[in-house]
Amino acid sequence: MKFAVASSPHHRAKRSTGDLMRLVMLATLPGVILQIWFFGWGNLVHFAIAGITAVVTEALILEVRKRDFERAIKDCSALLTALLLALCIPPFSPWWVSVIGTVFAIGIVKQLYGGLGYNVFNPAMAAYVMLLISFPVIMTGWLPPYSLTPVSHNPLDAAWIIFTGFTTDGYSLEQLRMGIDGHTMATPLDMVKTDLTQSLTVSESLARPEYADGLSTAWAWVNIGFLLGGLYLLKIRAIKWHIPVSMLAAMAIAAGILMLADSDRFTSPLFHLLSGGTMLGAFFIATDPVSASTTDRGRLWFGAGIGLWIVIIRTWGGYPDAIAFAVLVMNMAVPLIDYYTRPRTYGHRSEHKKVIRRQDEQEGK
Amino acid sequence: MLGLIAMIALGLLALVFGIVLGYAAIRFRVEGDPLVDQIDDILPQTQCGQCGYPGCRPYAEAIANGDEINKCPPGGEATIKQLADLMGVEAKPLDAAHGEEDVKKVAFIREDECIGCTKCIQACPVDAILGAAKQMHTVIVDECTGCDLCVDPCPVDCIDMVPVEPTPTNWRWQLEPIAIKQVQ
Amino acid sequence: MYVEFDTILERLNQGRLWDFPGGVHPDGRKTLSNKHPITHLPMASELYVTVKQHIGTDGQVCVNVGDRVLKGQPLTRSTNPFAVPVHAPTSGHIKAIGPHVAAHPSGLSKQTVTLTPDGEDEWIELKPLKDYQKQAKTRIIEAICAAGISGMGGAGFPTHIKVAPKHNVEFLIINGVECEPYITADDCLMREHAWQIRQGIDVLMHLLSPKKVVIAIEDNKPEAIEAMQVACDKTSDILVVPVPTKYPAGGEKQLIQVITGREVPRQGLPIDVGVITQNVGTCYAVADAIMHGKPLIERVVTLTGEALNRPRNAWVPIGTPMSHLLAQGEYHAKRQQTPNVIMGGPMMGFTVTSNDVPVVKTTNCMLVGADHEIDLTQHEEPCIRCSACADACPASLLPQQLFWHSKAQEYDKAQDYNLFDCIECGACAFECPSHIPLVHYYRKAKADIRHQQAEKDKADKARERFEARKERLAREQAEREEKHRKAAEARRQAMNQSGDDAKDKIAAALARAKAKKAQETGAGSSTASTDAPSSNDKVAAAIARAKAKRAQAAGSPSADETPSASEDNKQDKVAAAIARAKAKRAAQKTEAAQESTPDVKAETPDAGSDANDKQARIAAAVAKAKAKRAAQQTEAAQESTPDVKAETPDAGSDANDKQARIAAAVAKAKAKRAAQHSEAAQGSTPDVKAETPDTGSDANDKQARIAAAVAKAKARRAAKADDKDQ
Repeated sequence: MKFAVASSPHHRAKRSTGDLMRLVMLATLPGVILQIWFFGWGNLVHFAIAGITAVVTEALILEVRKRDFERAIKDCSALLTALLLALCIPPFSPWWVSVIGTVFAIGIVKQLYGGLGYNVFNPAMAAYVMLLISFPVIMTGWLPPYSLTPVSHNPLDAAWIIFTGFTTDGYSLEQLRMGIDGHTMATPLDMVKTDLTQSLTVSESLARPEYADGLSTAWAWVNIGFLLGGLYLLKIRAIKWHIPVSMLAAMAIAAGILMLADSDRFTSPLFHLLSGGTMLGAFFIATDPVSASTTDRGRLWFGAGIGLWIVIIRTWGGYPDAIAFAVLVMNMAVPLIDYYTRPRTYGHRSEHKKVIRRQDEQEGK
Repeated sequence: MLGLIAMIALGLLALVFGIVLGYAAIRFRVEGDPLVDQIDDILPQTQCGQCGYPGCRPYAEAIANGDEINKCPPGGEATIKQLADLMGVEAKPLDAAHGEEDVKKVAFIREDECIGCTKCIQACPVDAILGAAKQMHTVIVDECTGCDLCVDPCPVDCIDMVPVEPTPTNWRWQLEPIAIKQVQ
Repeated sequence: MYVEFDTILERLNQGRLWDFPGGVHPDGRKTLSNKHPITHLPMASELYVTVKQHIGTDGQVCVNVGDRVLKGQPLTRSTNPFAVPVHAPTSGHIKAIGPHVAAHPSGLSKQTVTLTPDGEDEWIELKPLKDYQKQAKTRIIEAICAAGISGMGGAGFPTHIKVAPKHNVEFLIINGVECEPYITADDCLMREHAWQIRQGIDVLMHLLSPKKVVIAIEDNKPEAIEAMQVACDKTSDILVVPVPTKYPAGGEKQLIQVITGREVPRQGLPIDVGVITQNVGTCYAVADAIMHGKPLIERVVTLTGEALNRPRNAWVPIGTPMSHLLAQGEYHAKRQQTPNVIMGGPMMGFTVTSNDVPVVKTTNCMLVGADHEIDLTQHEEPCIRCSACADACPASLLPQQLFWHSKAQEYDKAQDYNLFDCIECGACAFECPSHIPLVHYYRKAKADIRHQQAEKDKADKARERFEARKERLAREQAEREEKHRKAAEARRQAMNQSGDDAKDKIAAALARAKAKKAQETGAGSSTASTDAPSSNDKVAAAIARAKAKRAQAAGSPSADETPSASEDNKQDKVAAAIARAKAKRAAQKTEAAQESTPDVKAETPDAGSDANDKQARIAAAVAKAKAKRAAQQTEAAQESTPDVKAETPDAGSDANDKQARIAAAVAKAKAKRAAQHSEAAQGSTPDVKAETPDTGSDANDKQARIAAAVAKAKARRAAKADDKDQ
């Protein structure tokens, strides 16, 4: 009788790539719910659009490349990219924004580089940066938190406005973006940045009524939501602690030093940590395994680099938030980091060299 | 006057740089790693002469002097690739005029038929055939490069080229039935 | 840093251990097989004892087909320190000796002794060494080697080499970890035979005198730990240490790290950090060998997996084929879509290719898993660089980099990432979410690198030989020319003398002497030309033949071939006559010169006349060799013509063989042409003819041929040595 042959091990852990991706998507749930709570259903609609676009794009390209796309779709990596991108897009941007973004993310950043596992850059972030540069107005058009808007909006409204530009009641996006006092709303980071250029101090800026009314709190809540999801990922060992911890620590330290130097011009570490996409970036974006460093020490450097760049770009750069730029910059440094942070292999201690030399000498005799 | 100063200045500069360059040329002179040796290292050393040269080293010399790199059937594609890397040229397919790549073989003498003519001994480029006149000859398998050169001289055609059989020690994990199927 | 002995001891006494990086926690599934005591199986109808079951070299088979052997009788003889003998697992008859599929992932064949048991199970006489403490250590080691014991944990390293007394053995670690899932052979052995294992440990302690013995057992085997604790209760030198369950804690290097915190240096051995490890099974076998005199002929094998109806541990004779074990375990074929059997555990075991594969000394498990347990149809997905593999790697490698480079066949880069420090434990591939068979890529890469290295070594050797040959040819050419030049000079001198015979002789002698001196002072060519033996030798041979002929003419029928053959050939006769004449003249010359040829002459005649006599022939070959040596010394300014003629008579002697005759004719023609040429140009004919005289008469004799080949080899070696001297 002949038997089937295979190479060992013949036994495997149950978790597959698809499982991993689905777990990460699941872990975004608290953050997503809070984001919907505060900013409306827009992101979910965008996720639907982006998700479909992502799957279709991936399938088409793989078909052209003559690969088995069914299996590739099942690993959910395209869906995850779509989700992350959808979460970064202002909720009521037009539908084509997420379509263009997703096509770019999957088609160019991921598949043109060779598909899953070969992309140098984080697809969601690269697409976000592309959108930000191409459509700066739309991409900074964040709505005020849900509770602040004069118009109620439901999922249908959200879909309507995304596809037509108007709510079912005929409100335009611009009207929705108006605050109760008629000011155009933006993200806290954006506002502080603008105020600082208008020679207000940080404390003066934060004292504005919008903050008091909960703009800042809403963003903080969303961040806390993603933090919770991230902690879950750590617990189930879907990600390792190195990147989030070093990234957040680097941000806190850098921001802390700046604040100590001049608290009027620089915002507090807590403000940095709990505004913008910090937590989403720390736990869900920077930890993308494909484009991150792969050694433990390398991950520490990678995370710290991202944290530093975020603070630098937020403080001195042209854009209010900087997760995407920081991640892309550090993506480029990954090969270098990996090369210089290789762990010491078993039996390669320096004193062992002596032992080996001694043996060589003996053999030489 | 100004022109003169300029000329002198430039002349001096030229002199200084010339000296510096000359010194550097001597001080940091790189002993050229002889190209022929490097090529010879890559060639399989079967000494079969299929390339048209009497041995691997002459071919290495010819390559160094600009001959084609695709004339070595025993080395096959792997050797051509390595040579291409070394010479900085495009890898080409093997020149069929010189033979085709084949599995590794060694010579085997059917000893009953051997008449002991020593012709193969004289043909063997690496002295891998043992024997004497009127004595049956035998191949030292470990030394045989599989060059084929002993086959033609044999007047009684008692030399076969037999493929080297795989053994558990030289087996290279060819698990053909294993399902290593690739998606990407 | 290097952990000191006292620190380690202190920590061990406190129950604290070190940890190794990485590791995985696969489902153990040990209860499947360890609930029953170890059973004995009925004997298989045929046993296939592989000759080489260990790391090292083969032993020599010392039985013949048809022999009856007794249980425990050695089947191979150890001829090398790294050869371990194998023994007959039961009494019976040797059915065959030849290649049989081996316990190897390749499914290729190895030399195997096939034994048909006769059912008597009759032991050979056993010679225990119960008083081993009074015996010399070398005797104990000899006994261990003779019992055929090699490491039973996995690699199969010869035990007698590992236990040869060494200095500074701080720790003797007894490996009872058994971290692979499913396998419970060591577990059950420890539970049932703790005392005998203890005896084995005592022997090893006697041999190695370690400062401390540590028995390491994974903490998921409480019964085994307890049993060993009971067995080792009375001594404070032995410590039973429970090791946290984590795969691969039982790997030698990892176990040393866990127990001592030390790392075996790369390319080093455990003894470099003062540690020797032995498997519990090996300890049991050592005790068997020393206390009972029994060689290693059976071992505990775990038969497990859900496709077996009766999983358990069993004592299995070495050589038992898988088919027998499957039958005994009641294989349930329906539970496997594609039949497969794994020898070893699911992590490091290999799939056997057929059910004829025999059990060997390192076989600890036969795993026949149901479909849901064992997945052979893995689909490799792209690597997402999650580095779960790096987190699992116990050697702190970067499996993913190794994978990229191995796959792309960038082997130098793979080696740069320490590919050869991979222990192939499979932890990385176990964890990989993309189901990449990482270890397979590494194995392939390693095998390819080894192959490339071997090829390169071979190419280097070929180059060396090629160049040596070129040099030799050039040198011979130069020598020939030199010789001819001298010969010409000598002849000219001789011609200048008056034609008197006596004077002639003197002149010849003088010329010879001169030539000799010239040669000695010259390029030292006197000995180098072993392939071109002197003409003296040929002369002697020619004389021998001539005498033989005369003897035949006188009525001796034994010197048959030469004359009868040459009778057909007129030319031959003429040639022979000329040869005779010339030979005579030459012989006279040589005699006059008081050279050493006489004893050659003395012996060669009977070589000719007793041509059918084997012994005489060999004697002749010896004489010939002597003559050659002598001739080398006397080599002088003789012309080369005689040897051309010398060939002719014996060329005729092969005359019964048509082909040979043709060949001979061709050769003769060539020789003649060469001779003419050489005469004209004062050149000599090629050395090929050197050996013709005696080969002619010995033509059918194999032994003589071999002798000649050996002589040739020797001569070559001598020539080589000469080269060196020059």
